[in-house]
Amino acid sequence: MAHIELKNVTKKFGSHTALTGLNLDIADGEFFVLLGETGAGKTTTLRLIAGLEKPTEGQVFIDGVDVADWGAAERDVALVLQQYSLYPRYTVRENLEFPLKPKIRRLPDAEIKDRVARAARTLRIEHLLDRKTDRLSGGEMQRVSIGRAIVRKPRVFLMDEPLSALDAKLREALRTELKNLQMQLGATFLFVTHDQIEAMSMGDKVGVLNHGRIVQTGTPHEIYNNPRDTYVASFVGSPPMNLIDGRLVENRAVMANFELPLSGGAARTGGATDGRPLVFGIRPEDVYLESGAPVEARVHDVENHGVEKIVTLRVGDAMLRATVPARTAVEIEQPVRFAWNSDKMVMFDKGSGVSLRHTG
Amino acid sequence: MASVALTNLDPASRAAARGWSDLTIRNMFIIPTLVFLIVFNIFPLIYSLGYSFTNFAANRSEPWQFVGLQNYRELLTDDHIWSNFVITAKYVIVSVAGQMIVGFGLALLLNRSFPMKGLITTLLLLPMMMSAAVVGLFWQLLYSPSWGPINYVFGLGDFAWLSNPDSALYAVAITDIWMWSPFVMLLSLAGLSAVPQHLYEAAAIDRAGWWYTFTRITLPLVSPILLIALIFRTMEAFKTFDIAYTMTTQPTAELIAIRLYKQAFQQWDTGKSCALAYIVLIMVLAITNIYVKYLNKVKER
Repeated sequence: MAHIELKNVTKKFGSHTALTGLNLDIADGEFFVLLGETGAGKTTTLRLIAGLEKPTEGQVFIDGVDVADWGAAERDVALVLQQYSLYPRYTVRENLEFPLKPKIRRLPDAEIKDRVARAARTLRIEHLLDRKTDRLSGGEMQRVSIGRAIVRKPRVFLMDEPLSALDAKLREALRTELKNLQMQLGATFLFVTHDQIEAMSMGDKVGVLNHGRIVQTGTPHEIYNNPRDTYVASFVGSPPMNLIDGRLVENRAVMANFELPLSGGAARTGGATDGRPLVFGIRPEDVYLESGAPVEARVHDVENHGVEKIVTLRVGDAMLRATVPARTAVEIEQPVRFAWNSDKMVMFDKGSGVSLRHTG
Repeated sequence: MASVALTNLDPASRAAARGWSDLTIRNMFIIPTLVFLIVFNIFPLIYSLGYSFTNFAANRSEPWQFVGLQNYRELLTDDHIWSNFVITAKYVIVSVAGQMIVGFGLALLLNRSFPMKGLITTLLLLPMMMSAAVVGLFWQLLYSPSWGPINYVFGLGDFAWLSNPDSALYAVAITDIWMWSPFVMLLSLAGLSAVPQHLYEAAAIDRAGWWYTFTRITLPLVSPILLIALIFRTMEAFKTFDIAYTMTTQPTAELIAIRLYKQAFQQWDTGKSCALAYIVLIMVLAITNIYVKYLNKVKER
């Protein structure tokens, strides 16, 4: 169990800068999710912590100790790679035993047996123990590779998009399992993903990475409801937050084709002065359709998701999405009226994209 | 079956304009190869099998006679021939083992990135691209007792590598190792670079040491290609003629191929030498068969 800290880490590969001045603080026993698009530097961050790469600048601390000169072995971390990296030609059991058998750290046979059995039970792969790894399905391979990580009882678990290669059903199941496993072990987990649903559902804390920089860290709730900038707002959430350019005029949000009233709370946000160019952000679930609502729009598109419908509204050339209950009857090109829950509305500065709530 | 798999000829092509069908084109490629194989490989093979049962001598015009298995009987009871086989076996073991160790060792050293890797690899491959007769001649100079650089460097005085009956065979084997280790190196390098990097990373994360990683991951994954190198080198070493023939005349270094050459073209014992050639062929086939069986087993794992 360990506390991990990255201080001002920069990593360059030749002329390409993968990470810029990264600061990260992962508390002991925390499930931390690093969320970002492909190429944002998530895997590089993991590899830096694991000791497979050395930072160009900055320091990595594990339990307060600078581990710059430590190899992967000394750091005592477990890394579950995207490709599973099971050792070919060996059985599942041999794969699980692999980290326990090197001479220097060899454990007594009884202990090895016990640990493998326990890991297999936890991950429900007992029936696969004597099978060769090339005869496993994707989900089974992933479990084995997680199993290989847990038999060793490492200080930290690092996971590099372990669920991305699996089909949706299995992904959901393993998501819960991983979360339970983390709680059971009480271990520090750093989980990397590009899937914001994974991040929201699993993380105690989420860090959003964009082009090698941490944009925001916080609980999933904070990230979702109070995004620091327009990037986080549009990246997190499915469908993403509606972002519309506009200005503030006397407690009203004036946008190109329509305007909506603001409640007192939203209007009092620091820096929200009249006439300042802003981007208004509103989650689709905070937009609702009502007969007496202030703005008229036409239904541009309807996506039925079973439990709910995602309706795309059109006002002039502006598009806005709203999540409505599935029973709501809407048809394409039907005129509707909508309003928003302005307490949930977030204002971003037009120039920098930073939320006014964060700049204060 | 084969014609079913053929695709139809594009009617706009020039071949179609000449009235050729796809079958014609297939035959145009295959028939010359078949003719070549039959004339230069299969025909001599069968013909020499026939000779091996006769007392035919290529330099005499007297009629030859069918002698049945007499050639084979004589050869297999000839102590001289058996000593040639023992010499050949020693030579094969020493030189192939040496090549495998040196070649694989070099490949392990080269299997990382360092400056001028390409140049160094190419330079290391040079020995195997030279003509064996030339290699034999200049190693003869290197081994020269009075002024050869090898004795000079190792301070061996005037040790006569090639005319000493005890060392001649091993001197030839060393030359063969020098010449053919690059071949093993090249194959091993291909095998080593096919081991995915992420497995090494996973092993490093699993806190496996170098030796543990090498024996548990590298070796099992490279072993099929190492076996292929071993098959090739064993076959070749068994047939070695040129290097040994140019380097030494010591009877203790008389490999089976040299014996065969002398029998066929110095004693003109054509029928008997055909029989000997067949004995050698069967031996090589037997040895490679054992390897291939083992190779298939390794691959299955």
